[in-house]
Amino acid sequence: MRRGLQSGELPRVKKMSVIVRTVARMVAGFIFLYGIYVVCYGHLSPGGGFGGGVVLACSFILLLLAYGKPYALKVFGYRAAKSFDSFGALLFLALALMGLVFSGGVFFLNAIQKTWPGHPLRLLNGGIIPLSNVAIAIKVSASLFLVTVVLAALRVTARGADRDFQSQED
Amino acid sequence: MVYVLCMVLLMVGLVGILTQKNLIKIIVSAAIMEYAANLFFVMIGYKSSGTAPIIVSPAEAEKFSRIAVDPFPQAMVLTSIVIGLGVLTLLVAIALRLYHRYGTYDITEIRRLRG
Amino acid sequence: MVNLVAVLLVFMIVASIIAIWTKNLLSSVIAVGAVGFGSSAVFLLLQAPDVAITQTVVEVLTLVVLIRATVGRDVRTVSGQRDLLGAAVAAGLVVVFLAFSVVAIANLPAFGDPVVGRVPDAAATTYLDRGLPDTGAANIVAAILIDFRGYDTLGEATVMFVSILGAVTLLRSRSRTLV
Repeated sequence: MRRGLQSGELPRVKKMSVIVRTVARMVAGFIFLYGIYVVCYGHLSPGGGFGGGVVLACSFILLLLAYGKPYALKVFGYRAAKSFDSFGALLFLALALMGLVFSGGVFFLNAIQKTWPGHPLRLLNGGIIPLSNVAIAIKVSASLFLVTVVLAALRVTARGADRDFQSQED
Repeated sequence: MVYVLCMVLLMVGLVGILTQKNLIKIIVSAAIMEYAANLFFVMIGYKSSGTAPIIVSPAEAEKFSRIAVDPFPQAMVLTSIVIGLGVLTLLVAIALRLYHRYGTYDITEIRRLRG
Repeated sequence: MVNLVAVLLVFMIVASIIAIWTKNLLSSVIAVGAVGFGSSAVFLLLQAPDVAITQTVVEVLTLVVLIRATVGRDVRTVSGQRDLLGAAVAAGLVVVFLAFSVVAIANLPAFGDPVVGRVPDAAATTYLDRGLPDTGAANIVAAILIDFRGYDTLGEATVMFVSILGAVTLLRSRSRTLV
């Protein structure tokens, strides 16, 4: 018969094997780089802000699954995730409002493309489109990582009290 | 024909929501219905022997609408998929809270327990 | 092409039937993963690469979230009395809906004949023809999402924000010191 957790005692978690931890540490950076590629080239090849943001979130979630919650929070903490989430949304709104500022502007006018058009099929082209992709990717990746960390944190037991891994939260 | 198969998938999801007793199965059925709906939208925009709506060389940029598939439903479905993930996360959060409260995922028991 | 799509759809239907009526919760979640990946393959066959990329990675995250909810949990199913009235109502509803959908689909244009070719002044024709000169983006789907239809993307960002906010609030732990 196992005895239950006493107050203040952290449950012992079995760590993932050495292979999983080593490969996760090696691969996470490449997944992050691939996510940045999908976001930045979103206006030239398939991808864009949404898919790229989810790939970026996946790189952090891989670290969470392989190393556990304390290490993942050291990489990208609660406050950072919440700040980036709000920052991404506000940046997207600011880009949309920028269309109003320019002359003859409407909401969501692609003002940068109208004043400084680039060459077609180049990276620095499309005005507001790559910037909006970046804003959306920041927002989506931060929120998905935040919600997955919070899901992994809650230690529910059947008809029991909340016993988190850490006693305080944010 | 493929449209009818898509509707059958939607119906499988709906039957799952109506008849299952386990909360996780209900969430799984909702996810299946969402896949069927997104699939139906993209199928409507398909053009026989068309190409993807991405311009590869400027030569084909004129009259691109003759050879490309319809990009409009693809754009709508793209946002819908990501929103579906957010909604599914919310459902799982509710299910976890219910499990913490009642100790089971069975919806008939959740209805009967009081307090 | 149509045959391949039909075969994949049949595979998805079989996988979804397994997902709903299997006893083991973990098998059910894995079968839903199969449905999602089949859907991603169909998107690729229908010449929609953006949607296929997004569906694949979202499917992976869906599996992670669902497995978090099911592993280590109590999986006893109460096999009490069968709810015959509920099953009959569900079956009747399915038959009615399928009948209506067959009639409605017969009035749709055939598969492979979208609005772009038939209607002369469709919005999608303008987007495809004027996408690269007006916005400078070669990916017409990205141009639609951010330039032509930016408002919808703003709405999507709002919905995502609110749903994540709801999930994080729900899962917040109540510490014992707060009264």
